[in-house]
Amino acid sequence: MDINEVHHIAKLSRLELSPAEAEAVLPQLTAIFALVGQMQAVDTSSVDPLPHPILFIRDLAQPLRPDTVTEHEARENNMANAPAQDRGYFLVPRVIE
Amino acid sequence: MSWHQKSVAQLSKALINKEISSFELSTYYLERMADSRNLNAYLDTLPELSLAQAKEADTLRAQGKAGPLTGIPIAHKDVFVSKGWATTAASKILEGYISPFDAAVVEALGMPSERHPHAAGMVCLGKTNMDEFAMGSSNENSAYGPVLNPWNTKCVSGGSSGGSAVAVAAGLAPVATGTDTGGSIRQPAAFCGLTGIKPTYGRVSRYGMIAYASSLDQAGPIGKTAEDCALLLSAMSFHDPRDSTSLTDSGEDYARHLHSSWSDKDQNKPLAGLRVGLPKEFYADGLSSEVAQALLVAKDALHSLGASVCEVSLPKTQLSIPVYYVLAPAEASSNLSRYDGVRYGHRAKEYSDLVQMYQRSRSEGFGEEVKRRILVGSYVLSQGYYDAYYLQAQKIRRIIAADFQAAFNQCDVILGPVAPDVAWNLGEKSKDPLQMYLEDIYTLSTNLAGLPAMSVPCGFSKGGLPIGMQLIGNYFSEARLLQVAHQYQLVSDWHLRYPAEVSA
Repeated sequence: MDINEVHHIAKLSRLELSPAEAEAVLPQLTAIFALVGQMQAVDTSSVDPLPHPILFIRDLAQPLRPDTVTEHEARENNMANAPAQDRGYFLVPRVIE
Repeated sequence: MSWHQKSVAQLSKALINKEISSFELSTYYLERMADSRNLNAYLDTLPELSLAQAKEADTLRAQGKAGPLTGIPIAHKDVFVSKGWATTAASKILEGYISPFDAAVVEALGMPSERHPHAAGMVCLGKTNMDEFAMGSSNENSAYGPVLNPWNTKCVSGGSSGGSAVAVAAGLAPVATGTDTGGSIRQPAAFCGLTGIKPTYGRVSRYGMIAYASSLDQAGPIGKTAEDCALLLSAMSFHDPRDSTSLTDSGEDYARHLHSSWSDKDQNKPLAGLRVGLPKEFYADGLSSEVAQALLVAKDALHSLGASVCEVSLPKTQLSIPVYYVLAPAEASSNLSRYDGVRYGHRAKEYSDLVQMYQRSRSEGFGEEVKRRILVGSYVLSQGYYDAYYLQAQKIRRIIAADFQAAFNQCDVILGPVAPDVAWNLGEKSKDPLQMYLEDIYTLSTNLAGLPAMSVPCGFSKGGLPIGMQLIGNYFSEARLLQVAHQYQLVSDWHLRYPAEVSA
C-alpha cells in the first residue's frame, strides 16, 4: 500500500485526511494488511463463503409481514436531531445548479 | 453485606420481602454513582428520570404486578438507543443525539407500557461509557475518555463494554447490558472480575442497537453471577420481527438448568457426565503463566465436580484475528456510511459542497480507530481486493465454524482463557492498534461462528487483578453454559470478591 492508495480509500470512505494524517495511518494500515495477508496461505478452493453465522446451522428465513401501517406520523420527533431543517425538510448544500 | 454487594437474585428477594423499595435502592445507587464519577463509567445520567421509574416500579409491586426484575436498577451500554437519555455510542459524531425510540433491549427491560405490557420493569440508571462504536478492547477509544478499572485505577477496564463492566464491578449498578462483536462483553467482564455471556447470534434483538458489524454483533448481560446473567438473558431474549436476523425460537428460561445436575450419572457430583474440552491452540505461546495457572485450577475444580476433561483442537485460532479484522471493518465501513451529517449527528461548520460536507462532518466526528477501521473496510471491499480479502475471510470463517463442530463431537463445553493476560496499564497499548487486535485472539472465533460464550471469574494475578475463564458452548446451549458456571460458582468465591475501595 502506498500514500496514493490511502488517499483513494479515504475518498471511497468519504473521509478527509490531511497529508499528516495520511502519512500517520499508512504504516498502521501496512501492518494490518501484513497480518491479513496470513489468510492467503489457506487453501479454500473447495470451501463456500459463510457470510452469516446462522447460515452455518440453518437457512436464513426471509421474514415477511403484512403490508400494514405500524408507525404513526412523528415527523417532528424523528427530525428533532437534524443539524439543519426547514418546514419538514432536511437542508443540504445545493446539488443542482 | 451492603446493597451494592448483593446479586440481582438477592435484590429481587429483598424487594419482595419489602426490606427496601425500588426508590430507596435506586437512590442508593445514584448516590454511589455521584461519588464515583472519577471512574468515568457513565456517559449520561438523569437521576430524576431514574427515580420516576423507581416510583413506578414500587407502584407496580404494590398492585401485585411485579415480576422478578421489577424495580431492580440496571445500566445500559450507550450503544442501545434510549428515549430520554442521550445516546452517542461514545462518538463525537452523535454528541447530543436523543433517540425518538427505545432499543428492543431497553424496551424489554424497562417499564411496562400499553405497547409492552410484559416489560421487566427495571430502573435505568444511565448510559455507560464504551469504546467508540464498540471498536476497541480497552475503552480508551471512547471520545469521552477512558474508564478506570476499580481493581487498579491505573489499568484499563477492557472493552468495548468497559463502562458497563466498571459500573457493576464498582457497585454503581447491580447489572448492566453489553454487546459483543469480538469479545466486548467477555473481555471487560474478565478484566473486572465479573460474569458475562454473549448468547448465540440471533438470540437478542439488534433493533435499536447501534450497528458495528451486523453479522457479529450480539447483546448480553454483564453481572456478578451466572444466576444473574440467566435472569437477565431470559428477559432480553425473545423473537423480534423488527430484527430480520432475530431467531424465531429465541425466548426461553435460561435459568432452568441452574440448580440441577448435568446428568443423573452420580448424585454427589453435579457435573458428572460433562465433557470439558481444552483447545490446545489456546494453551500455547502468548498465554501468560498466571492466566494459564488459574485455568489449571479452574479445570481441576470442574473435574472435582464430576466433569471429564479432554484435549481438543481449533486449528485456525491464530487466523481468527485476520479474518475478523477483515470482516468486521468491512461491515463497519458499510454500517457507518449512514453518518453523513444530514438527518442526525455532527455536521461540519464549513464546507463548499455536499461531498465536502460529508467528508468534513465524518472526519471531525469519528475518532482515530473508527476511521482506521472504515479505511480497512473500504479497502477490502474495493474492486480488485474483494476476492483476496473479503471472500477469502468468509471462506475461512466457515472452516472456523466447522472446526468448532469437530471439537463439540468430543466435548460439551470448551474451556479456555478470555484474554492472554490481565488488564494492562492505561496507555500501554493504545499507540499500536495491531498490538491491541492481538489481545482478542481467544474471543473472536466464537463471534465468527455465532456461538454462545461466557466469561467467569477464576482467580487473580499477583498484582491483584481479576482473571476470567471462558466457557464456549454449541449453538443454543446458553442454559447449559450458565448451569456449568453456576455450579462452579457454588464451590468458588472469585465472583464474590470486591475491589478494596468498593468493599465499604
